[in-house]
Amino acid sequence: MTQSKPPVQASLFVTCIIDQFYPDVGESMVRVLERLGVKLDFPQAQTCCGQPAYNAGFWSDAKPLARRVLDQFQHSEYVVVPSGSCASMIRVFYPELFHEEPESLQKATSLAKRTFELSEFIVDVLGVTDLRHLSGDVAASESKKITYHEACHLRRELGATTQSRALIRSLPGIELVEMDQAEVCCGFGGTFSVKYPDISGAMLQDKLDRIKATGASSVVACDCSCLMQIGGGLEKGGSNVRSVHLAELLDDAIGKTVRPDSRLG
Amino acid sequence: MQPRIKQFPQLAAAALKDEQIQNNLLGLYNGFHQARIAASEATPNWDELSDRGRAIKAHTIDNLDYYLEMVERTVTAAGGKVFFAKDSDEATQYVIEVAKARGVKLAIKGKSMVSEEMGLNHRLEEAGIEPVETDLGEYIIQLADETPFHIIAPAIHKSKEQVSDLFQEKLGTPPMTEISDLAAEARRQLRKKFIEADMGITGANFVVAETGTVALVTNEGNGRMSTSMPKLHIAITGMEKVLPSIEDLGIMLRLLIRSATGQRISSYVTTVTGPRKSDDEDGPEEFHLVLVDNGRSKLLADPALRESLYCIRCGACLNACPVYRKVGGHAYGWVYPGPIGAIVSPMLTGLSDGKDLPYASSLCGACKEACPVKINIPRMLLYMRHQLAEGDNYPEHKTAPLGEAITFKLWRLSLSNSLSLKIFSGLARLLQKPFAKDGRINKLPPPLSAWTNLRTFPALASRPFRKRWKS
Ligand code: SF4
Repeated sequence: MTQSKPPVQASLFVTCIIDQFYPDVGESMVRVLERLGVKLDFPQAQTCCGQPAYNAGFWSDAKPLARRVLDQFQHSEYVVVPSGSCASMIRVFYPELFHEEPESLQKATSLAKRTFELSEFIVDVLGVTDLRHLSGDVAASESKKITYHEACHLRRELGATTQSRALIRSLPGIELVEMDQAEVCCGFGGTFSVKYPDISGAMLQDKLDRIKATGASSVVACDCSCLMQIGGGLEKGGSNVRSVHLAELLDDAIGKTVRPDSRLG
Repeated sequence: MQPRIKQFPQLAAAALKDEQIQNNLLGLYNGFHQARIAASEATPNWDELSDRGRAIKAHTIDNLDYYLEMVERTVTAAGGKVFFAKDSDEATQYVIEVAKARGVKLAIKGKSMVSEEMGLNHRLEEAGIEPVETDLGEYIIQLADETPFHIIAPAIHKSKEQVSDLFQEKLGTPPMTEISDLAAEARRQLRKKFIEADMGITGANFVVAETGTVALVTNEGNGRMSTSMPKLHIAITGMEKVLPSIEDLGIMLRLLIRSATGQRISSYVTTVTGPRKSDDEDGPEEFHLVLVDNGRSKLLADPALRESLYCIRCGACLNACPVYRKVGGHAYGWVYPGPIGAIVSPMLTGLSDGKDLPYASSLCGACKEACPVKINIPRMLLYMRHQLAEGDNYPEHKTAPLGEAITFKLWRLSLSNSLSLKIFSGLARLLQKPFAKDGRINKLPPPLSAWTNLRTFPALASRPFRKRWKS
């Protein structure tokens, strides 16, 4: 990005999971985006995109939450979401949810065009694919092996398969070791993991085995719901492989530096 | 076939514990699934081909009456008979009547999923007619008295050792270790039946309306034997299998075969247009085509589910599905397993009976990615969940438990604004205290204990993100 361009303005939709369970991931995202020169705002009234109820069939409970999102981000230039799944909810499923309600549908179609998952936002909107210039020198001996889990909705609803990998590959001192079947679901699926904990658990076990087989010290993904499942499984099994959100990995690479004008308190 | 779709949770749990099934499912990802990916990548303009295939199906299904009438005309003109069966009973009766009138004792069968819907084999036996499956996989499961495990590979859950044991028990053969020996034995057994049979029953992968042609795809040639050796041939298929023209057939065959097995073309593609003509060297003297509805008009009538009729039964969504690859085909409790089965089986046999199937998906979308006609399976599963939970279109099938409905009302209330979120999450922080340690919850009380048996659960953070933001 050239400095002469006016800064990109973007609103954060941090998702309820990150807000309540993984706020550190939210902070990482803020530091990274601010370092990339993005001016961020955070609509304080935001809660949840409504996906759990939508997926469970309770659309009448999903709709009021979805309408709040439509209103809160109506005037945002861009909306950045650190979750492929919640970004899909807004971009793909809102227009379907409201397909018979013209007024909301119009808002949903407009918001869909402005909503991006974090890695998409960095690569496709900011045009940044290489973060080397922001990260310090790393001694070769410090090189760290990580592996990447491809979140389902990021891949199949948003069609984003290359962005996150490109960013990871640009980081000095990070070696990306692809796991077998990286694109196969970890078994989370929201209510699916509650209704069918054992089928979900069997899928998880396969995922964990493939993660461990890479010898990586961390598994990275762009979605905290996958990381809740994968990280929870790793912990339960006493593994020392860490589950890490892409935002945290990028944040680490740029030394967690905070801009003086940061909005983080 | 008697549906057991009510028992999905139990059948799935049993399959998860069955080591043999788990082992035999392991090959699907690197086998059929990767073969399909390689075949589609090797096909120039696969995506366009897929779009064309989808458009052909959409057009045909939107004009199904018209094309079904055309089929009746063209098949009749070619000397065959067409019977429209409203359900599987009507279809079964028709087949048995025709067979009895010709004094049929032995019927050889090519693969037909619709005949599984009808439970035809048992009905034929009751009528004193011996049915013999001639597709190797179907032959194996007929001997084992099981139902197909997979749409295109019915016996894929059986190892060669299990097949050898089965042959020993049912056919009195010595133990065999090579697949080729097992296949040779089946061939030897079937050869006699092919020669003796007085009727051939097959499915049809496609029915071409403009010519009245039935097309069959096989790798064993048994389809061709079943359609040409006996004097009488009855083809049975779902009414959605119609295609307008021979040109369309070319496109659909390319999509079907590559998606099913990864082959560019199957060993055999058999086309049958009516009975043998006077100058034909072989073929049956009599040809019937039975087109079965059996609940398909319900799918046709519902715009949200109509695209499930675009399915060409290639099985790619099963191979791609991580749930199918864990629970296998029998867990789904009826003829059609996997992602497409989770839609079709409940809709054909009773939505509320099959209420567990639409939820048996993580909605990962691997099925949609694999489908050669781009059927949006996750969207239909979501729609069915909605109908089960609170929809208006199938009111008699609304079955969501009250507890679930209340949970979502509370959940919605807790997230309805930031104050409410503050109150509810504050309450949850208090409630989690006895369970949380170092930011983790190791054990939750039932019913959530099943979750924490295999995973820890994160505790709510003491300072949520919203408090870390400087307004
Ligand atoms: S839904 Fe698609 S992928 Fe699945 S069997 Fe039908 S055509 Fe094949």
